[in-house]
Amino acid sequence: MQLRLEQRQSTSRAMQYATPVIAAGLTMIAGIALFGVLGTDPFLALYTFFIQPLTSLYSIGELLIKATPLLLCALGLSVGFKGNVWNIGAEGQLTMGAIASGGLALAVYAQDGPWLLPLMLLAGALGGMAWAAIPAFLRTRFNANEILVSLMLTYVAVQILGHLVHGPWRSPEGFNFPETRTFGDWGQLPILVEGTRLHAGVFVALLVFLAVWLFLSRSFQGFKVTVAGQAPAAAAYAGFSNKSVVWVSLMISGATAGLAGTVEVMGTIQQLQPVISPGYGFAAIIVAFLGRLHPVGVVLASLLMSLMYLGGESLQMSMNLPLAVTGVFQGLLLFFVLGSDVLVRYRIRLVRTHQTEPA
Amino acid sequence: MTPQLDLREITKRYPGCLANDRVGLTVMPGEIHALLGENGAGKSTLVKIIYGVVKPDAGEIWWNGSQVDIANPNAARALGIGMVFQHFNLFESLTVAENISLGIDPGHDLAKLTNEIGEISERYGLPINPHQHIHTLSVGERQRVEIIRCLVQNPRLLIMDEPTSVLTPQEVEKLFETLRRLASEGCSILYISHKLDEIKALCDTATVLRLGKVTARCSPADETPKSLAEMMIGSALPVTKKSTNRELTEEPLLELRGLDLPAADPLGTHLQNVTLTLNRGEVVGLAGVAGNGQKELLAAINGERLAPDKAMLRLDGRDVGRDGPEERRVQGLAFVPEERLGRGSVPEMSLTANTLLTWHHKGQVKRGFVDLAEVSAQAITIREMFDVRCPGVEAEAKSLSGGNLQKFIVGREILQEPEVLILGYPTWGVDVGAAAAIRQAILNLSATGAGVLIVSEDLDELFEICDRIAVIAEGRLSPARRTGNTSIEELGLWMSGQFEAAEVSDAA
Repeated sequence: MQLRLEQRQSTSRAMQYATPVIAAGLTMIAGIALFGVLGTDPFLALYTFFIQPLTSLYSIGELLIKATPLLLCALGLSVGFKGNVWNIGAEGQLTMGAIASGGLALAVYAQDGPWLLPLMLLAGALGGMAWAAIPAFLRTRFNANEILVSLMLTYVAVQILGHLVHGPWRSPEGFNFPETRTFGDWGQLPILVEGTRLHAGVFVALLVFLAVWLFLSRSFQGFKVTVAGQAPAAAAYAGFSNKSVVWVSLMISGATAGLAGTVEVMGTIQQLQPVISPGYGFAAIIVAFLGRLHPVGVVLASLLMSLMYLGGESLQMSMNLPLAVTGVFQGLLLFFVLGSDVLVRYRIRLVRTHQTEPA
Repeated sequence: MTPQLDLREITKRYPGCLANDRVGLTVMPGEIHALLGENGAGKSTLVKIIYGVVKPDAGEIWWNGSQVDIANPNAARALGIGMVFQHFNLFESLTVAENISLGIDPGHDLAKLTNEIGEISERYGLPINPHQHIHTLSVGERQRVEIIRCLVQNPRLLIMDEPTSVLTPQEVEKLFETLRRLASEGCSILYISHKLDEIKALCDTATVLRLGKVTARCSPADETPKSLAEMMIGSALPVTKKSTNRELTEEPLLELRGLDLPAADPLGTHLQNVTLTLNRGEVVGLAGVAGNGQKELLAAINGERLAPDKAMLRLDGRDVGRDGPEERRVQGLAFVPEERLGRGSVPEMSLTANTLLTWHHKGQVKRGFVDLAEVSAQAITIREMFDVRCPGVEAEAKSLSGGNLQKFIVGREILQEPEVLILGYPTWGVDVGAAAAIRQAILNLSATGAGVLIVSEDLDELFEICDRIAVIAEGRLSPARRTGNTSIEELGLWMSGQFEAAEVSDAA
């Protein structure tokens, strides 16, 4: 008897939907084993991690707040990943978006009006796009690898933010803390539900979700991106310019990441600080793949990922476990998603070997 | 007499298909035996079983009177089975002798081997210098190296897999002499091909496979190419009809004017001063041995690689040398590329999406958005008019058989009603029925006034449907001759690059 991987005649649609669920299940099992080894009650830990954050209105608000930037970043990234454009620097573009929109809010401090709100969103998107334009230009002009360029630019962006909040943009009334003034009223997104911190950024995410869905499923440019990703030679044959695919992908993911940074500072933080994201831009890579690079899947995946952030915090608070558990869970999840992906194109068969042959 | 090789009830099953179904094959000593069948009939699986690459699920292999188990190619070679593959396995930077010494069991003397190579090369008419480096050899010479590599091991059975696709007609004749000589000395030859004329000329007996089963055993000398083809496809051969006595007008649709394009990669071919005119209603064929610049020329005509000067390519009177594929398509160009999967189509996309791939400049895209209903209707039309057999237009391209996918791609390009249609190897690896349908569609298109340029290695095909034929060799193009005014011999000579004299006489 032996197990054999056999290629499927066509990719399995059922497995395409089932693998994220299988991966989530395997992550749970690995989690139980992990907590068992750590000497904590695995079921209590899993309850604290996955269920407890859903038991109050406030924490459901928190769930959506954290899912918003994840969703925004992951939607943009999934467009690029479909087109074989590997933007790993959403975190940097998110930071630049926050700097651009925050800078605008500070520049017009105390003279703002209703016009500021849409302008800040626009500035944030443009900031992210400008940061993503650097890898796009270097890739199309010099064939520089966008993975490395976009990743390294993340650290540059974080340094720039640190410089600004420690120096020129530091709040004059802030007792020398490294943070800016709190944005004016029109620089803050309105709270949606009383008693929570849930802000209107969720709507921004939903609008972007609809736009990306429409782009990928119905637009010709979206089709070009998908062809370029699946069969580069076919794209060249049809005359779809690879340069434009790189630019379109990076501009879209830059804009959505910039928006993510913007809604984060406008809605949740309401000022600029040295750290504005606990790695949303990187976690969004996992979200994009967990969601099968499909907008609907990405929505579900961003909720799950957000839950893992909250779960990590509640484990830390009520069971004294290190916050690193969140990272471990994210890693396990990505590992199992990529691993179980094999099942989409292959099936496992048990083969009875009727003859054993000498080597 | 004991058969050299006797296969009994060989069965091999792959997921979703029965590649060999109780196949029997008997090859006598000194016999040249043809293995005949369409693509997907199970020929390569059977050969891989004989050469020990694939294990059969059931069945027996008898070698010279005793049953054997061929576990791997080394075991096959030890028995005396040699094989010349369609794709060569040679190290470019090593010499002929070094390559041959790598292919045989270790522990021999290179100097002695070099002598041996000299002897074999003389005895079988395979001229080669053992000290030459592979990268300096032509394709025909490389094939000789592969053959000699088998012969130094004194094989009792030599398997040749589609050996003539890379040879000029003259080289084919030489190869046949070598094979006849070998056979006369008692070596059996298993010859795999779908070129029926060759099999008739060379082989003593033939086994015909269809859908994994043996459907006929015959003596090719007693058959006609037509009857052999009918055994292969299992039904009457479709006939292509050419409208006779068409008056060709001199109205240029596509003009290549001194196209000069350096190779894009070190192994590519430099196109030099390529000049050709394709007129309205005309079918022009481009013959040549593979790897002489066909790939580069097709990419240059489609616009995947731009010409250095816009005037080097004219399409319907306009200079398009610097325009990309989409712009040329708008000007009336359509192109069926050499590779069906991954270039002519996106393997994991539906036929509908693959219709959109090249058919999007005639109202299918409105304000950036795709009219899916329209595209889907076009895909259905292609499927119906070109008899594409598939579950529906939402089927993935890769789930179609080669012939059906090719019919789909040819249909997609023809139904765009192009002024100029370019085809790269349109019937390569396509079953006989589909090939005939494709040729007929090409003729029908040219009858409506379009110009058609076909690049193919199949001279019979070119003679059947072309008005004029030219040859490409080492990146240069010969003059195009009227099909009636040329011969296989002349084209064969041109394929080796000897058409300088013809150019002069043509110009005069």
